[in-house]
Amino acid sequence: MANLIKTKRGLDIQLSGKAQEQIVSENSLISEVIALIPDHYRGIIPKLMVKEGDKVKAGSPIFHDKTFLEMNFVSPVSGNILAVTRGDRRKVLSITIQREAITSYQKFDVKPVSSLSGEQIKAQLLTSGLWSFIKQRPYDVIANPTHTPKAIYISTFDTAPLAPDYEFILKGQTADFQAGIDAIQKLTFRKVQLGIKAGTASTDFRATKNVEITEYDGKHPIGNVGIQIHHTNPINKGDVVWTINVQDVLFIGRFFNKGIVDLTKTIALTGPEVTNPRYFKTLVGSNIEPFVKSNINSTKTLRFISGNVLSGLQISANGFLDPFSSQITVIAEGSETHELFGWAMPRFNKFSTTRMYFNGITNNKLIQKLFGKINYEYDARLLGGVRAIVMSGEYDKVLPMDILPEFLIKAMIAGNIDKMEALGAYEIAPEDVALCEFVCTSKLPLQLIVRKALDNMKKEME
Amino acid sequence: MSALKNFIDKQKPHFEKGGKLEKLHSIFDGLETFLFVPNATSKSGTHIHDAADTKRTMVIVILALVPALLFGMYNVGYQHFLAIGQSVGLWSEFIYGFLAVLPFIVVSYGVGLGIEFTVAQIKGHEIQEGFLVSGFLIPLIVPIDTPLWMVAVATAFAVIFAKEVFGGTGMNIFNVALVTRAFLFFAYPTFMSGDVVWVRTAQTFGLGAGTPVDGYSGATVLGQVATSEISNPQITNILGNPIGFIDGFLGFIPGSIGETSTLAILIGAAVLLITGVASWKTMFSVFAGGAILALVFNMWGPNTAAAHFPWFNHLVFGGFAFGAVFMATDPVTSARTETGKYIYGFLIGAMTIIIRVLNPGYPEGMMLAILLMNIFAPLIDYYVVEANIKRRLKRIVK
Repeated sequence: MANLIKTKRGLDIQLSGKAQEQIVSENSLISEVIALIPDHYRGIIPKLMVKEGDKVKAGSPIFHDKTFLEMNFVSPVSGNILAVTRGDRRKVLSITIQREAITSYQKFDVKPVSSLSGEQIKAQLLTSGLWSFIKQRPYDVIANPTHTPKAIYISTFDTAPLAPDYEFILKGQTADFQAGIDAIQKLTFRKVQLGIKAGTASTDFRATKNVEITEYDGKHPIGNVGIQIHHTNPINKGDVVWTINVQDVLFIGRFFNKGIVDLTKTIALTGPEVTNPRYFKTLVGSNIEPFVKSNINSTKTLRFISGNVLSGLQISANGFLDPFSSQITVIAEGSETHELFGWAMPRFNKFSTTRMYFNGITNNKLIQKLFGKINYEYDARLLGGVRAIVMSGEYDKVLPMDILPEFLIKAMIAGNIDKMEALGAYEIAPEDVALCEFVCTSKLPLQLIVRKALDNMKKEME
Repeated sequence: MSALKNFIDKQKPHFEKGGKLEKLHSIFDGLETFLFVPNATSKSGTHIHDAADTKRTMVIVILALVPALLFGMYNVGYQHFLAIGQSVGLWSEFIYGFLAVLPFIVVSYGVGLGIEFTVAQIKGHEIQEGFLVSGFLIPLIVPIDTPLWMVAVATAFAVIFAKEVFGGTGMNIFNVALVTRAFLFFAYPTFMSGDVVWVRTAQTFGLGAGTPVDGYSGATVLGQVATSEISNPQITNILGNPIGFIDGFLGFIPGSIGETSTLAILIGAAVLLITGVASWKTMFSVFAGGAILALVFNMWGPNTAAAHFPWFNHLVFGGFAFGAVFMATDPVTSARTETGKYIYGFLIGAMTIIIRVLNPGYPEGMMLAILLMNIFAPLIDYYVVEANIKRRLKRIVK
């Protein structure tokens, strides 16, 4: 029997537009132009290896890291480099690639995982660009290949609003998943830590060999790997833990099974403004336009998010998927809404975790039976002005960690590295404070604060 | 509604950079966000937000203060007509009190918001709603016969030196309303600590003319206790009739405008606790600390009237309940850790009773206890945070 960890704190936000379990898979869903955006990869300095007009194959390096020269970032498609966009001080903003109709893959010489050593696997992951999918804590950046982590964590479920169901995505790909696990296993001493949602009839994940399974029970953010690490093997000063997403394990598995870099992934298109929320098969770096275009409510100004509503990135209607998300969410922007006297109105259609609104009543089962269920309206408005922190104890309610979030955030704002270290900055990633940001009555950009503080801390410590 | 919106939008360019009324930008902005929920959308991080904001929070606190204010107005009239020996009925009493209290509200908001707006304009900030609550609290914690100019000076002092110099709403160390009260207390001691300010005997806008009847004394209950020569004096109302616990609970006694009725304050407490705006931990601990320490003095205290004043009376007379419900729970100046709130509250309650019983100079201890604990709140938090740090360090050993 696997270990079971239960948490009480947290919050499940109910949003409409969950993806139906149906995968649409057509070649036309992958855009003609694919983009690589170096900013999506945290903690590296990109150095370009191609120029406009170059021909690349799927798996050919596009840029590499300036510190670890062997760490490649590769093209997901074959075709020609269309453009390299640069910003201030010649910073590379994006590299776009014109896709060929039929993908030709760069061939890698791979042997069965069982016959390879950890060092050999590391070298192959670095050259093939798949290393970019391994992240490390502390700092929530791409893993430093010179470290050996004390553990590698994979969360097999996502509890964020409208999150895709990885059990469903995994169907038919268990061989790749197992191969990926076996490969990663060689990078650390302990067994790979697999987090599974308690009480699910999950069979494929449970059947995975060569892993240590822990079950988790609770509200969001229990599906976040950071919370799982905190409860099983917390990160102290000097510790390094690596994390990988489920779909990225599949990339690694495919690589060792077939010898090619195949970055095909399944994306859930979700959100209240999506007419037909479903799963789509597409490619890392694809433009979202092909599968979003005719599938949205076009009467309002919309916000497109690569990822979930809590920690995703805002992109445009023809923006590009970021490599780490398995979800697109479309919500109303709300900037045309002007609510008169919002602070005094009952606002039955608004959701709040506080009892300053009537959610306690409208969420009551009996009331819902009598008067019908209210679908709370969500849009991208802050719903208030930005203030200094006034209320206390708000963040604690949604962060199931033995961390005092308010004090950690204040240390981060002040840039006090010693305090950050003592209060748990090594364990935190921006996504873990996303719910704190949601509930904050002072509307502070907590994820941005954490991101900046971690980047700053990394610079100071290394 | 859309007509109003259009009007606002039409005026907006005048107040923006380069417009002819640019200098009043903050005021316009404050008014606009007062009328309409700001339509600014999230630029980073979380894309959706909880509907609760600071405005909503402040409005709920004000709502919770309304029962105390209404009763306070009524009681001002009630005490006045009692003092001059006339019986005029509930509505006349209320109207007298209403007219007597209204100038305080006007002065408090006028002075405080004036300074807030000016500072916001100078700093280029949005106008923050923190003073909406402070400005409402100030009239409730001053005696009714305090001259308005004193209230104005004290409010100005508090807003500038207790709030704006620290950086505005959310940054202050001391509760702004209490600093106003403390300023009055220490700057005009001869005036504020006597027996004459608690009941308004003069007429107000031509209403309620008359002279106090024979035997009238405006001393508050705690004043009577503090000056008593014997250890269990009979406490009386302003006409010398004996009163007890229930009078204190209902509030028909002289005192600062909003603090007399424990019942009205408890209605406010219910609003704050149901909405979750105030921490029950702080509130409960203040009462617990006060009750326990008063009980200790009742049993083993020195042979004075204050020490033998029954513990339950301590909780309903003076500013105890008002301080516990509305002042101690101010999230900005209180302890911010959950464990810290218990300690902070308990010490406020205990300190209040210590000051009441052991300090011969001050009959009332609530204001000083809260201000004192405001100073210690960061220290309490410091130890709670240190405990968390130590606990986290211990994990390495395991």
